Amino acid sequence: MDLTVTTAATLPDLEELRDRIAAAETVVPVGGRTHWDVGGPAPIGVEVRAPAGVVSYDPAELTVTAGAGTTVADLAATLEDGGQECVLDPRDPAAATVGGTLASGLSGYRRLRYGSLRDRLLEVRFVTGDGRVVKGGGPTVKNVTGYDLPRLLVGSLGTIGVIVQVTLRCQPRPRHVTWAGTSGDPFEVRRRCFRPSCIAWDGGDTRGLLEGDPDDVAAELHAGGLTPGDRGPAWPDGPHRGRISVRPGRLCALADELGGVDGLRWVAEIGVGTVHVGADRPAPLAQARQAAEAAGGWLLREQGDGIDGFGAGLPNRQLMARIKTAFDPAGKLSPGRLPV
Amino acid sequence: MADLRAALGPDRARAEPLELALYQRDAGVDRGQAAAVCFPGTVDQLAAAVGIAAWHDRPFVARGSGTGLAGGATPVGDPLVIVTTGLNRIVEVDADERVAWVEPGVLNLDLSRAVHHLGLHYAPDPSSQQACTIGGNVATNAGGPHCLAAGVTAAHVLAVEVVLADGSVAMLGGLEPDAPGYDLRGCFVGSEGTMGVSGRIAVRLTPNPPAVRTLLLDFSTIEAAAATVSGIIAAGIVPAALEMMDAEITRAVEDFVGAGYPRDAAAVLLVELDGLPAGVEAQVEAVRRVGHEHGARTVRVAADDAERALLWKGRKSAFGAIARIAPDYYLHDAVVPRTKLVDVLRQVYAIAAEYDLTMMNVFHAGDGNLHPLIVFDQRTPGVWERVHAAGDAILRACVDAGGVLSGEHGIGLEKRDAMPLVFTPDDLDAQARLRDAFDPSGRANPEKILPSGSRCGELQRVPAGAWI
Ligand SMILES: Cc1cc2nc3c(=O)[nH]c(=O)nc-3n(C[C@H](O)[C@H](O)[C@H](O)COP(=O)(O)OP(=O)(O)OC[C@H]3O[C@@H](n4cnc5c(N)ncnc54)[C@H](O)[C@@H]3O)c2cc1C
Repeated sequence: MDLTVTTAATLPDLEELRDRIAAAETVVPVGGRTHWDVGGPAPIGVEVRAPAGVVSYDPAELTVTAGAGTTVADLAATLEDGGQECVLDPRDPAAATVGGTLASGLSGYRRLRYGSLRDRLLEVRFVTGDGRVVKGGGPTVKNVTGYDLPRLLVGSLGTIGVIVQVTLRCQPRPRHVTWAGTSGDPFEVRRRCFRPSCIAWDGGDTRGLLEGDPDDVAAELHAGGLTPGDRGPAWPDGPHRGRISVRPGRLCALADELGGVDGLRWVAEIGVGTVHVGADRPAPLAQARQAAEAAGGWLLREQGDGIDGFGAGLPNRQLMARIKTAFDPAGKLSPGRLPV
Repeated sequence: MADLRAALGPDRARAEPLELALYQRDAGVDRGQAAAVCFPGTVDQLAAAVGIAAWHDRPFVARGSGTGLAGGATPVGDPLVIVTTGLNRIVEVDADERVAWVEPGVLNLDLSRAVHHLGLHYAPDPSSQQACTIGGNVATNAGGPHCLAAGVTAAHVLAVEVVLADGSVAMLGGLEPDAPGYDLRGCFVGSEGTMGVSGRIAVRLTPNPPAVRTLLLDFSTIEAAAATVSGIIAAGIVPAALEMMDAEITRAVEDFVGAGYPRDAAAVLLVELDGLPAGVEAQVEAVRRVGHEHGARTVRVAADDAERALLWKGRKSAFGAIARIAPDYYLHDAVVPRTKLVDVLRQVYAIAAEYDLTMMNVFHAGDGNLHPLIVFDQRTPGVWERVHAAGDAILRACVDAGGVLSGEHGIGLEKRDAMPLVFTPDDLDAQARLRDAFDPSGRANPEKILPSGSRCGELQRVPAGAWI
């Protein structure tokens, strides 16, 4: 089966983009603006966009190369033809770009099974503040040739370079996928199911996502005491949103605290330690942040301007500042996004 | 020395020539010379040793078991060698969170053994797992047969306590799913000791799969075996492991352990499928079908755990087996796109023939990770030159096919000067910036990974085709 795609065999000449970046005083890479409030305040400057389009895709390699400006939905459509997917799972795949999703570093809801977003990126090409194109990593599924620049770029929020092209790891689509629910103990579901893709819990309702062979899924449903349903969890929405990162073992105790915050909607990913929080006002988010920090975790702002991006200062700030300065000595890339 | 003896105790720091000779090299071929060697017994002593090196402005090299194959632990620049094997305690296991904190000198297999009774294991399983340390695995981002589906070391390391070159200690990453800011933990994994020395490490533990099936397929051509590899992936299956052995190594292994491998096969594939029972059985049938479609002569499915263990014993004894054929070997490590396997293998055999060398191939076929193995006797005059020239040609063939220089052994000294084959000066400059941000002093395992001239403004002098 040859499904090699070449919609943009070579990405449109990067020359112009490089010149714009090199000439600008402040550069702000823009994707689909779906993660625009993630982290520090949105910087103001010359907005630049990465090229869009799948560069090459061969299902036999289980990898795909695309312009960073490709939307996640467009990428998914290409991969679907090969019976594959790339687990990125942003909130709004139709608008979110691949580059923006990676730069924001937010792993999707299937992390319990498939691991972090960082594990997807094999090779990255980015433009530096002084207009050079740099490649990091390599196109093969396994690679330890040199330093891991791809991992540095994931979650760097546009402060290291403008991501222009990426090679991502793909996987076969599961044969059967179902959400299922229970009002029972979500931690017990985790203990009893071998490899659920997600266990989401809002303090009362537990929703599990099972993927795989239909017979295995049926057996897992039984083992976990789950009833198949057609809907996933109601991920918290609202003008003020964020995500908590906490040790998965502390979720139970943290849930008690979050339950007491008036006006806060939350859904926790059991076994992972991510808690998605949302509210109509900033105050509940600020309280959620306090609870998260008291539990040894932290809260990242994803939307709204009522609270700052990170709360308590970044760990290893000096080291991070050295990295930022090494890659962007002029300080022109997305200033303020990361408080380093 | 006096400072080291005072901080660590008199027995834990050595500089006798005989002792130092033991630390001239790792399991690769490059040699160096250490100024002193020390054996910290606690993480505090480890930090103290790095601090003393800083105070005396001396380079230092972390060393685990010395099983590395790229010269990563070879001492260059008269350094202090810091051996971590005394730091071998499993500090804490949390079965519910599926996390273990270990000291860097814990042996890979010891960890899996220690958590076996909890129904858990540590997924990355380098073939050297009986001997290599977790600290060494983190430093090389080690892979193994079961990393095809499970992912390599980087996907299993949650947090690393790192002693930076100035002797200060930083915790990179954490047990929380995300750490704010840059992924420092991700940058450190695979940095081969050039960003600092790891102290305690938090790793993810993986539940043992409910069902496991192991298959042995044998073929009369290597092309058919390679086509089967692609066929399995194309059928939507990512096996837990997918290993290939060619005719020479299959015979050698069979003579050595008698695992029941067919002696007349041109190639065998060892395929392991794991997960939940129904999916595993469906995949067994699919692999069987794909194998037959591509001309597999036999497809043997291990009937029980004993037979499974025997099939794996064959694969894992490859290195023992070759020791009986010739005293020396040079094991290569490169990755090519899966679809180029057949092409590149053909070239690799042609290169061996051209240089009149005995070559065997046993490798992680599922992810295109080739391990051409040249066996020789170094007493043969002129053989080293041929081995090196062949190695260089193999690497070039892999890179020309769109591959990379290393899939799991790392760059170290061995492949340092080949880096410009896959990276531009700007790429190397970016890598140097990252390294220097972690270690501005340049004393952490100097001269490794990046060729001189990687930093912009440095003189570019990369000897053509040089192998150190
Ligand atoms: C027979 C054989 C089979 C092998 N099979 C595989 C395989 O399947 N997959 C694979 O990936 N590798 C394999 N290897 C290579 C080797 O075992 C791995 O690279 C292993 O991770 C090295 O671990 P070590 O403890 O021996 O490290 P060492 O060889 O002592 O050191 C390796 C590198 O890590 C650095 N280092 C060690 N400890 C630390 C620390 N605490 N902090 C910072 N840096 C440190 C060293 O400076 C050096 O650069 C094999 C080797 C042999 C001999």
